[in-house]
Amino acid sequence: MTAQLAQAQGTVGNVGLNIGIFAAFVLLTLVVVYRASRSNRTASDYYAAGRSFSGSQNGIAISGDYLSAASFLGIAGAIAVYGYDGFLYSIGFLVAWLVALLLVAELLRNTGKFTMGDVLSFRMRQRPVRAAAATSTLVVSFFYLIAQMAGAGGLIALLLQIPNSDKLGQSIVIAVVGLVMIAYVLVGGMKGTTYVQIIKAALLVVGAFVMTFWVLGKYGLNFSALLGGAVEKSSKGEALLAPGLQYKNKIDFISLGVALVLGTAGLPHILMRFYTVPTAKEARKSVVWAIWLIGVFYLFTLVLGYGAAALVGPDVISKAPGGVNSAAPLLAFELGGEILLGLISAIAFATILAVVAGLTITASASFAHDVYANVLKKGQTSPGAEVKVARRTALLIGIVAIAGGILANGQNVAFLVALAFAVAASANLPTILYSLFWKRFNTMGALWSIYGGLAVCLVLIVFSPAVSGSETAMIKGADFAWFPLSNPGIVSIPVSFLLGVIGTFAGRREPFDSEKYAEMEVRSLTGAGSEKATVDA
Amino acid sequence: MSTTGERSAHGTIYQRVQASPEFGDLRRRLRRFVFPMSALFLIWYLVYVLLASYAPAFMATRLAGNFTVGLLIGLLQFVSTFLITTLYVRFADRTLDPAAERLRHEIEGEA
Repeated sequence: MTAQLAQAQGTVGNVGLNIGIFAAFVLLTLVVVYRASRSNRTASDYYAAGRSFSGSQNGIAISGDYLSAASFLGIAGAIAVYGYDGFLYSIGFLVAWLVALLLVAELLRNTGKFTMGDVLSFRMRQRPVRAAAATSTLVVSFFYLIAQMAGAGGLIALLLQIPNSDKLGQSIVIAVVGLVMIAYVLVGGMKGTTYVQIIKAALLVVGAFVMTFWVLGKYGLNFSALLGGAVEKSSKGEALLAPGLQYKNKIDFISLGVALVLGTAGLPHILMRFYTVPTAKEARKSVVWAIWLIGVFYLFTLVLGYGAAALVGPDVISKAPGGVNSAAPLLAFELGGEILLGLISAIAFATILAVVAGLTITASASFAHDVYANVLKKGQTSPGAEVKVARRTALLIGIVAIAGGILANGQNVAFLVALAFAVAASANLPTILYSLFWKRFNTMGALWSIYGGLAVCLVLIVFSPAVSGSETAMIKGADFAWFPLSNPGIVSIPVSFLLGVIGTFAGRREPFDSEKYAEMEVRSLTGAGSEKATVDA
Repeated sequence: MSTTGERSAHGTIYQRVQASPEFGDLRRRLRRFVFPMSALFLIWYLVYVLLASYAPAFMATRLAGNFTVGLLIGLLQFVSTFLITTLYVRFADRTLDPAAERLRHEIEGEA
């Protein structure tokens, strides 16, 4: 509880009610997940939901996967506090989908089976490329997971009124979130997780829609008047309507923009969703659904962000438990009292749970399918054993996520997700594009691009002001930063593209497998021989 | 895949299809659409990001009430994304799908 808010409104929400609404959601989704799990038999069921979802279902699930706590809490909060700069996130996150739609989704669906590694290693030497793909999948998923869990911490702080000073209390709740998420994944596999995403996406879009029109209604449906209200309430005044409040460093702003737009098509948990539909045409339909839903949702967050600035005030938001991330829930309380706060918080919570479940299944699939089955066992394993490994890995990842979330508690969620995007764009995107479109690309090129992009990106993050040497750094008090940008994208992404080319020339003596190349190219464009839907009960 | 191993004098079925004019045509049509379109939206996005970082005063210009140039250009990014999506789907449905389907039947029929 902030002092201001406590004085102004007595109390933010009713803890019992908040827990009640949230528990109802968890119970409902667990029932759905359990029912969905009864038809889980094969590896294809566990990893790809038997390829039984339609394009529209998958599109809604993709929005559910993509509209993470970063989108809802992070962007609304960033717009409320920093104004226009927060809007850049939504634009980058949306435009990025065109990369996925035009260059990646359908070709990937036609070529692969369960993971990103399937596509990258298709015409390369299997073991090294799969190991590299799995490594970068795990790293990207880990960054993304930490961001979500950090968001959970902030939200819980507000929802259960556990103050920022009570780190133990917040940690316990983060652990509970992690355990529920593990239950979804272990019981439901991809099918259960997909249903959770669909339910959550519907709740999130409807919730945001209601709040958006509620806020606009307060200003006579006049967006300009709403902006005026935000300017009036903010100590930064007019600056809220112009770029430059959050990003003083111009190059940093550009770097963030580049990472956002190129990151999406390299996110393993998004790529894996394309395998849950039966054909490339359905994969295309999923992306179209996702683009419309995500676009409309970001228009809502623009109103919600400025609305929170106008009705709650940026200074109150910054000081509230959960900080910047608490803008949307505080706005809900301002509008509809404790019931709306409870509902919106439960939705935000559901968002985190669902995204974390999606990430966990992706990371565990990549480990079991790429590393265990193909690298360690050289393909000599049964699908049953592979799924068993996937489940155990999911458990382990869940535990790591809980620990990481406790450590990252309090960081801005949108910012952490932007780092995950930078890693995805650096390590994955160049290799994906090269292997789909560049004939001469080879194993060496793939390895240089994945490991090189990953290493450069991680090193730059570690020595950036995001980690040390600034007021908002993760490690306060230390200063070992020498890289000036908090997002490394503008350096690491071009370097990774370049390393892919250099590596390809370095490995040009590798024998060119024209059979595999022909198979990959023809399959990717025509869908011949692609993985079919399993018959579903 | 049952089709991969079947060879004839001219290599696997995939190699023969890859060498066929129909497939070359499909590949050319796809690339002729997606590459320029990708360049277009990436440049348009980059222009937006550059304006936001180097011309904040311009972006803060009021158009109507408190509605600024920056918000307008930002919203136009949404519009262009929706537009390109729609154009691509129409192109893919009309041009790519029929050709891809013919080739797929040819390949799977031979398997």
